[in-house]
Amino acid sequence: MTNGYMLKVEHLWLERDGVTILRDVNLTVAPAQVFGLLGRNGCGKSTLAYTLMGCGGYAPSSGRILFDGQDITQLSVTERARLGMTLAWQDPARFEGIKVKDYLALGMREPSRAEMEEALTAAGLSPFTYMERAVNDVLSGGERKRIELAAVYAMRPRLAILDEPDSGIDVLSLDAIGRLIRGLAAQGTAVLLITHRDEMVPVADVAALMCQGEILEVGDPQTVRDYYARRCQPCEAGQKMP
Amino acid sequence: MSDFDAILKAYERSGGNPHFLRSSKVVSMVVSGNRVLGANEVCGVHLFAEELPDGVRARIVVEPGVKLPTPAHLCFGVIPNEGVQRILPVFEIGAGAAVEFVAHCTFPNAERVVHLMEGEIHVGRGASMAYRETHYHGEVGGAEVAPKAQVTVDEGGRYTGEFVLTSGRVGVLRFDYVVNVAARGVAELVTKAYGYGDDQIVVQETIRLGGEGARGLVKARIAVRDRATSQVIGTTEGNAPLARGHVDCVEIVRDQAVASAIPVVKVTDPRAYVTHEAAIGTVDKKELETLMARGLDEERAVDVIIRGMLQ
Ligand SMILES: Nc1ncnc2c1ncn2[C@@H]1O[C@H](COP(=O)(O)OP(=O)(O)O)[C@@H](O)[C@H]1O
Ligand SMILES: [Mg+2]
Repeated sequence: MTNGYMLKVEHLWLERDGVTILRDVNLTVAPAQVFGLLGRNGCGKSTLAYTLMGCGGYAPSSGRILFDGQDITQLSVTERARLGMTLAWQDPARFEGIKVKDYLALGMREPSRAEMEEALTAAGLSPFTYMERAVNDVLSGGERKRIELAAVYAMRPRLAILDEPDSGIDVLSLDAIGRLIRGLAAQGTAVLLITHRDEMVPVADVAALMCQGEILEVGDPQTVRDYYARRCQPCEAGQKMP
Repeated sequence: MSDFDAILKAYERSGGNPHFLRSSKVVSMVVSGNRVLGANEVCGVHLFAEELPDGVRARIVVEPGVKLPTPAHLCFGVIPNEGVQRILPVFEIGAGAAVEFVAHCTFPNAERVVHLMEGEIHVGRGASMAYRETHYHGEVGGAEVAPKAQVTVDEGGRYTGEFVLTSGRVGVLRFDYVVNVAARGVAELVTKAYGYGDDQIVVQETIRLGGEGARGLVKARIAVRDRATSQVIGTTEGNAPLARGHVDCVEIVRDQAVASAIPVVKVTDPRAYVTHEAAIGTVDKKELETLMARGLDEERAVDVIIRGMLQ
């Protein structure tokens, strides 16, 4: 832990196919903190998630990503994961022929049935129903998202990037997702919670607003939420929150 | 070690349970090279076998209405590092019978082994037959294996064929099945293989839906890496009203391997409906990066994805 932060992003720029998507992104996430990143569809949230995780095709054109003070900008996905970072995809992959229990076990240091059951339960899934099922396209999108969250939970990472964990999941279970996120934080996991729904923001300790690839404001979740809910209409990029 | 013990050991290594080959309650047949080392019949099931200079001719008859509670176990093997084995089986599944065959073909020491099967399978009216075969061709790629069969499924009958070659090397595989399905019959062919080194895989599967309401599914899951090649030629013909066919082929390629798929879909009756999907490519990026984000290195992640697909 360096100066109280775990993840520090400095002046990050990213282009895809000649289009600038991330513009001078700066943010810091403290250990066991829930950092809410709020922004409309298409503002660059997933792009930031892939860039932080080191996915192929998302090498920043400039800027640095520090994890525990170590510059990880050039590290592979595997290397970042082994430092304790992970990502739950907005639209999780399907895996033909891989059972839920084996999928959960892949990320666990010492897979135990009890911990897998705890993770599934935390994600709102009955272990009895899901352990033996395959992570394939027979599952609904919502089920796959919950399994993805369970996999992250079971991994006990130091930093979990959750890309819209609330999308494709019914409003009634938003509370459960919120509890899972607080549960991660209670375990000592820092969470970068990406969302476009302002109802999710109260789960966060600190929140930021993203617009057209820029972080406009970082601060108190309620203030950021109010601004986003009432005032955040499509506008010229770079307009600061009043 | 006796020949029987040697083949049992190879059988076990390829995933078989030798207990079944020794049990008097279970239908079984054990063939090593051109010799029939064991054959066990039960009531309603008859096995006839004739040794040839280079293999075995066999007739397997299941009487009409006989439903076997446990699978019949077949074991074909060549233990020496070279040799030719020709298996000429005829399966007669009587009307209304139901039987499942679990076959293991094992060539554990193959350096120059050729195994040819030329089968004829007849599934009677309303009968059902499953033929699940698992192959093991050793670790040096020295086997050339050509399973070939003509299958006829009578009205309301069902044939399920499953071919699995996912452990060890392939060598050369030329798989060639043709299935003719009568009215309301069902045929399903599933093939799974994993080739590497300079393995060659050719899978040719044809389902002809000749009767009203006949249904067919051709499913292939093939992975090739290094310099291995695979070619899947899946043909489905819808030749009768309300016939439904589907070809589903996924091939994963890595390294310098080359995969191709030729789906042939032919419909001669306007009320038949045949679809196909074929996906060939490398491992899906998101699947790969998801596993890497859990801490797996790329090699391991690829292997997990391929093994999953071949499950
Ligand atoms: N390869 C690409 N080339 C150009 N623009 C892209 C590419 N990929 C994504 N984008 C654009 O980048 C923006 C941000 O996308 P994304 O990060 O998915 O947004 P969010 O997750 O906030 O909805 C979108 O406007 C999208 O159209
Ligand atoms: Mg997104």
